Amino acid sequence: MLPLPAFEWVSPGSLDELVRALGESPGESLLLAGGTDLLPNMKHGLFAPRRVIGLRRVRELRGIAETPAGGLVIGGGAPLDRVATDPRVMARYPALARAAGLVASPQIRRMGTIGGNLCLETRCVYYNQTAFWRGALGGCLKKDGPTCFVVPQGRRCVAAMSADTPAPLIAYGASVELVSVRGTRTLPVAKLFAGDGVKNNVRAADEVLTKVELPPPAERLFSAYEKVRSRAAIDFPLLSIAAAAVLDAGGHVVELTVVVGALGALPRVVRGLEITRAAPLSREAIDLVAEAAHTQCNPLSSLGAEDWRKDIVAPVVRRALAGLAPSRIAG
Amino acid sequence: MATDDEPHPPWRIGTRAPNIRSFDAVTGRQRYADDLTFPGMLHAKLVRSPHPHARIRSIDTREALALPGVHAVVTGKDMPVKYGIIPWTQDEYPLALDKALFVGDAVACVAAIDEACAARAAAAVHVDWEVLPSVIEPEAALAPDAPRLHEGHKHGNITKSVQLSFGDVEGEFAASAAIVEGDYFFEGTTHGALEPHCAIGIWEPQGVLTVISSTQVAHYLHRELSRVLGVPYDRVRVIQPPIGGAFGGKSEPFDLEFCVAKLAMVTGRPVKLLYTREEVFYAHRGRHPMKMHFRLGATADGRLTACDAKTLIDGGAYASFGLVTAYYSGQLVTAPLRLGAYRLDSTRVYTNKPACGPKRGHGSVQPRFAFEVSLDKLADRLGMDPIELRRKNVLEAGERTVNEFIIKSIGFRECLDRVEQASGWKEKRGKLPFGRGVGVAGSFYISGTNYPIYPNAMPQSAVQLKVDRSGRVTVFCGLSEMGQGADAMLALIVSEELGVDLEAIRVLTGDTDLTPVDLGGYSSRTTMMAGNACLRGARDLGTRIRAVVARKWECPARRVALAGGFATDREDTARRIEIGEAFRLAEAELGALAAVGSYDTPKDVHGDYRGGTIGASPAYSFTAHVAEVSVDLETGVPKVEMIWAAHDAGKPLNPMLVEGQIEGSAYMGYAEAILEEHLVRPDGLHRGPSLLDYRMPTSLDTPHVHSMLVETADPEGPYGAKEAGEGPLHSTIPAIANAIFDAVGVRIDTLPFTAGKLLRAMREQREKGGG
Repeated sequence: MLPLPAFEWVSPGSLDELVRALGESPGESLLLAGGTDLLPNMKHGLFAPRRVIGLRRVRELRGIAETPAGGLVIGGGAPLDRVATDPRVMARYPALARAAGLVASPQIRRMGTIGGNLCLETRCVYYNQTAFWRGALGGCLKKDGPTCFVVPQGRRCVAAMSADTPAPLIAYGASVELVSVRGTRTLPVAKLFAGDGVKNNVRAADEVLTKVELPPPAERLFSAYEKVRSRAAIDFPLLSIAAAAVLDAGGHVVELTVVVGALGALPRVVRGLEITRAAPLSREAIDLVAEAAHTQCNPLSSLGAEDWRKDIVAPVVRRALAGLAPSRIAG
Repeated sequence: MATDDEPHPPWRIGTRAPNIRSFDAVTGRQRYADDLTFPGMLHAKLVRSPHPHARIRSIDTREALALPGVHAVVTGKDMPVKYGIIPWTQDEYPLALDKALFVGDAVACVAAIDEACAARAAAAVHVDWEVLPSVIEPEAALAPDAPRLHEGHKHGNITKSVQLSFGDVEGEFAASAAIVEGDYFFEGTTHGALEPHCAIGIWEPQGVLTVISSTQVAHYLHRELSRVLGVPYDRVRVIQPPIGGAFGGKSEPFDLEFCVAKLAMVTGRPVKLLYTREEVFYAHRGRHPMKMHFRLGATADGRLTACDAKTLIDGGAYASFGLVTAYYSGQLVTAPLRLGAYRLDSTRVYTNKPACGPKRGHGSVQPRFAFEVSLDKLADRLGMDPIELRRKNVLEAGERTVNEFIIKSIGFRECLDRVEQASGWKEKRGKLPFGRGVGVAGSFYISGTNYPIYPNAMPQSAVQLKVDRSGRVTVFCGLSEMGQGADAMLALIVSEELGVDLEAIRVLTGDTDLTPVDLGGYSSRTTMMAGNACLRGARDLGTRIRAVVARKWECPARRVALAGGFATDREDTARRIEIGEAFRLAEAELGALAAVGSYDTPKDVHGDYRGGTIGASPAYSFTAHVAEVSVDLETGVPKVEMIWAAHDAGKPLNPMLVEGQIEGSAYMGYAEAILEEHLVRPDGLHRGPSLLDYRMPTSLDTPHVHSMLVETADPEGPYGAKEAGEGPLHSTIPAIANAIFDAVGVRIDTLPFTAGKLLRAMREQREKGGG
């Protein structure tokens, strides 16, 4: 077995205690919610924190609740399988339920949390390897060396945002709350991410992601999530696409958002979709969106099969859009 | 009429029974090697080379040895004796002596009080390396100025090269109406057994070395431990606990077994080593990558004329079974179809990568892919149904293959009939909508190799049987149970012969101190060889017990049947006694009841040309598959919807376990066709030595398999039985390839059939205007 490096274990019983513990030793502590991402990474020697702070006993992080306006607040520590099967999530935010339900495997969804998924470490074939393997390679830009093996001469790490839930959350306009001894801040999920694969989120070392807030769904909000991977379970996405459309009573587009994951460090919001507004989501309109996504999305060798992944951006986007509101799509 | 040879009508043979060992496995109760622990036991870790090819200038172990908790460090100099499974090609040291030959080659091993301490100590062993140029591609290995892996080896980087020719190849080609010629590439794959290799060494003060190991070949390990470590042959004991899968990946000695033994001898403490998953990928011995050029011809009416096969085999750093692989890659395409003439030219080369070896269907799965796809192309060229083309050329029982193997029983024609019918072939082939298709393939496989790995005149397998006055029978055999149901097979035969219930039979296998030699769990030999040995021993006992009962009943022995838990008078079935009572009568009259049985192969089943013995077997199994595949036309993603598999395993002793082998084989073949790639990067690093990056299918991915048993009575197999464990895999891959062609009209001659390759091929075809 790969040994886990030694660390001090802290298990606070409340959000207050947690935030204080984190404030005492930021930079030396890592948070463990389900551990499904952190522990394998620690076994690979990617992290060796002096202290690991467990979130299990922090009640404030749990639960899924309604907001007065009709949205939902999901605790950062809510397990993915709860998110995937909560009837309110399923009814109002089906793309999120589907994305959460497609993560890895039942066991991992039971342990892994939505907060952990949002803060998932970026992934790359040159990074997610054992210490022995990385030593033999010579170390890559993200961890042990000056060289990027994905983009030769690249100065910035392009390890991939490989989580499933960010794309639908961005499509729904969700926000997250980050809490530290310094205070509380709220930011849109899209702004949580930063374009650097070494650390692709703006969460400070002393902050904890406490909740995810979903705005009340608009009337006639339709959404979909498509995940491409090698196997029907276990695998991280090779390409993930979330789409959300608000249609008016006549089936005309009010707002259309398409978010693509598993590219570089950032989830990519496809630009220029205003062109679809005020018209039905026709086959032609879908083709335009698919073409825009194809042009704007460039899968990288960080996850392999990049040529094929580029080729399928358009068909997978078409599939996601076709799944939005079939009865409203004119032929 | 009953005779002494047929003690009673079958009562157990052919009945369905789950493998009793499976319950422990699926409920987590099985005790694997790593579950065992001993007082004072130390844990070992290997130090591995980070370079694909490098000379060891020196190894500094001082820092490691100075760490608290570290008991010993051994290096290549402590065991400077070469080993290897094939006696003629021994080219490995337990720990690399002068050079490391791939990234992951072991150079030192530390023993410490726990695994974490051993890992720290391994990191504190400092090797001074002189990095050498490396060879990754097999063609590069053949270049005259290529760096040489094994400097003393007289054939450069060639492990083994085989050229054989049978019949008038060029004449047959000249008589052909159609010839197809093509290049095929089989990417390497690995076994992916869930249990990583694990071994425990125990050195007893009186000079007995015990090694407990997750091995498929306890006997060969016994020999090599003795030879390499200099411990007398009669003072080495190898125990094989239950194994969590093997598939050929544990069928030769490995570094860890020598290391735990040596470290136990040095420290006087038991020493355990468990590979990490990454290390399992470095130990490898998986399916060889093969580059194959095949030419196959037929006359206008579909008679197969000649086949010309040229194969370059990428062996990795060590010979392993490579001598056999080189032969198998050529010798095992000559059935089930008759060939007018055949030429093979197979060369296995060394490269600076993890060594390849035997994986389920050793050496023959790759050329079977090339051959069956060639057949499909030939049928297309001749305008003939591919099943029909095969039917026209099926060998008959009693016939010799073009390379002179004797086929004693063959149910291939019926295999074809069954899959044709069950799959709805005639309604589907060429008639499904674009994007969906069916494909067929056939194959054969050996029921054990006719000759042992080291030449000797002793039996290939032996059993001892002990009958107990409690009514219990214990059977001892050196065979290797690894989940396939070998133990259950022995119990079934004992039950059949002696009339005892399965619950009253104990099977003790895989312990070289307690069991007579069986050569191990490889080449689908166990039912044929251990089964026959057991049948002989049990029948001998049964004859004696029946004679005792007959004397008591004052009737001829042939009237006494041992079945269903009783000794019964076959002509007056009201007269019967419980089987335990029969055993007690026999013990009272004859004294202690025991028997032995052994089996060796017939020597007249192959040609007498050089190499003619390799690929020869007492019996051959036959398989036909039809696969139905759909291809997503926008993304290229292939989906195997269904596999119909008909397999001739002779007489299926336990149909449930035979079907299990067919299904497992089809799943594994599916995985190799669609998902698995054991890839080493140009810089010598494994592309992703983990179960996340090496993608084996989940239960959501595997297709439905409809397995069918075709019964033949093989004259050599026990009760007519033949192998089932490896044969059914061969047809899966080409059946899927041929179904893809029927679905979308493109040929993917390079494994695996990924969505990317399919999408590209379909696009190229559209651009050519081909459909």
